[in-house]
Amino acid sequence: MIAALGRGFIALLRDSGGIFIFFIKAFLNTFTRPVRFRLFLKHIEFIGVKSWLVVSLTALFSGMVTAYQVSHALIKFGGQSVLGGVVALTLTREVGPVLTAIVVVARAGSAITAEIASMKITEQIDALRIMAVNPIQYLITPRLWAAVVALPLLTAMADFIGIAGGYVVATFILGIDPGILFSRMKEMVELMDVLSGIFKSMFFGIFIISVCTYKGFTTTGGAEGVGRATTQAVVISSVGVLIADYILTTLFF
Amino acid sequence: MVKIINLKKKFGNFVVLDGVNLEIKENSLTFIMGQSGAGKSVLLKHIVGLLKPDSGEIWFEDKNIVKLSEKELQKIRRKIGFLFQEGALFDSMTVEENVAFPLKEHLKLKKKDVEKKVEELLSAVNLLDARKKYPSELSGGMKKRAALARTLALNPKVVLFDEPTTGLDPILQHTILELIADLKEKYNLTCIIISHDLPLALKFADEIAFLYQGKIIETGPPEEILKSSHPFIKRFVETALINDKGGEL
Ligand SMILES: Nc1ncnc2c1ncn2[C@@H]1O[C@H](COP(=O)(O)OP(=O)(O)O)[C@@H](O)[C@H]1O
Ligand SMILES: [Mg+2]
Repeated sequence: MIAALGRGFIALLRDSGGIFIFFIKAFLNTFTRPVRFRLFLKHIEFIGVKSWLVVSLTALFSGMVTAYQVSHALIKFGGQSVLGGVVALTLTREVGPVLTAIVVVARAGSAITAEIASMKITEQIDALRIMAVNPIQYLITPRLWAAVVALPLLTAMADFIGIAGGYVVATFILGIDPGILFSRMKEMVELMDVLSGIFKSMFFGIFIISVCTYKGFTTTGGAEGVGRATTQAVVISSVGVLIADYILTTLFF
Repeated sequence: MVKIINLKKKFGNFVVLDGVNLEIKENSLTFIMGQSGAGKSVLLKHIVGLLKPDSGEIWFEDKNIVKLSEKELQKIRRKIGFLFQEGALFDSMTVEENVAFPLKEHLKLKKKDVEKKVEELLSAVNLLDARKKYPSELSGGMKKRAALARTLALNPKVVLFDEPTTGLDPILQHTILELIADLKEKYNLTCIIISHDLPLALKFADEIAFLYQGKIIETGPPEEILKSSHPFIKRFVETALINDKGGEL
């Protein structure tokens, strides 16, 4: 585990320059013609369809577990009424965005790397070039924007489902009065908390897509190359998401 | 049409092209021959700017494409077709979507006109029946024909073929080359074909060029190649013609 993290971190450092330049190119191609709106929608659908079920399930159980754990701690000090607020804060600020990002990496990100990598080794990317189509503009840019939209949507969904899970545990199992739960939650959770999570998830989306498409786009060496690229993309993006979450939290939110 | 001057390319320390000189005449069918690993694909990829040489010039019409930016290259590439060794069909698209792709990207055609053009191209390569199939459902020969149809969609002037016949049975090899020769007449193409099949080259080529140890060691029409005094070509010709059981050449 530690070794895998270390390897991921080293790979991240080694590739970070390439990934960053790749992202800049994909971003700048937003302003070149033709605008690929249909592909953009198609990729939102792809990311969503791949991830929503697992995101929902993990969010539901995280919300429920968080409610349990927090209630344990709170029983010692009295004050179970803040439970709703604490669960909501944890979810919207941290668990929602990070968990969603990790699920998206595993489900959609890996599939994206594999798809682009196989296009690379079977010369389909060169074929695009030959047909005078800019492969970054065609393959990467629409996916980048799709992730910028899809991750916040999935994160909002995760927040909602997670809070619902916490609510169910708190009222039906722990027997806390729902009225008090909600009024305290409203006091404690500000719009900024929710928004900070949403901003994070946008950033994660950009990061994940940059890593996963870069790894696919630079694949070499046949079918094993595709497997290697996919594994690396998953390791780098999940380690990266965790590191970025820590940095973003301490710096800004 | 295409003129290559002293083209050099290394990968690391490994010299692949060591001063290639070659001129391709307009409306000709030129075969580039050489052993596996001789650098034929590498040479072809230079002509469309997929690879950049270490030094040398490649003239296409009046432009040295070595000096062009990716954007300027895009304009040139619309006049050049390239058939990849494995076809490089988009496997997320059906045959007809593959063929329609360059049309939709570059021509502002109505949907109906795209369909008409796709139909024309697919019937030219005899593949109308497979239009709804995905590349994974096609045989090797069908893939090459589908890729050929896609390559011809934008009416290129020059078409480069990377081993269009390798891996096909002998009858299919002839069918594909007859198809290429027909299309060449029909659309007035200049064709550059990579192959290591000498009998096919002797039958179909206007010009044959031999790539050996990073250089073009001989070019000329088939009769001249047969008379070449270069030891490598002599050996190549002898072995190829002995192996060719049809052997009347
Ligand atoms: N992108 C590349 N990087 C490194 N070596 C390469 C690359 N492309 C081709 N080569 C090497 O160049 C040589 C010629 O390759 P190629 O042109 O594909 O041969 P062929 O004549 O069979 O088409 C081979 O030894 C190959 O390994
Ligand atoms: Mg080759």
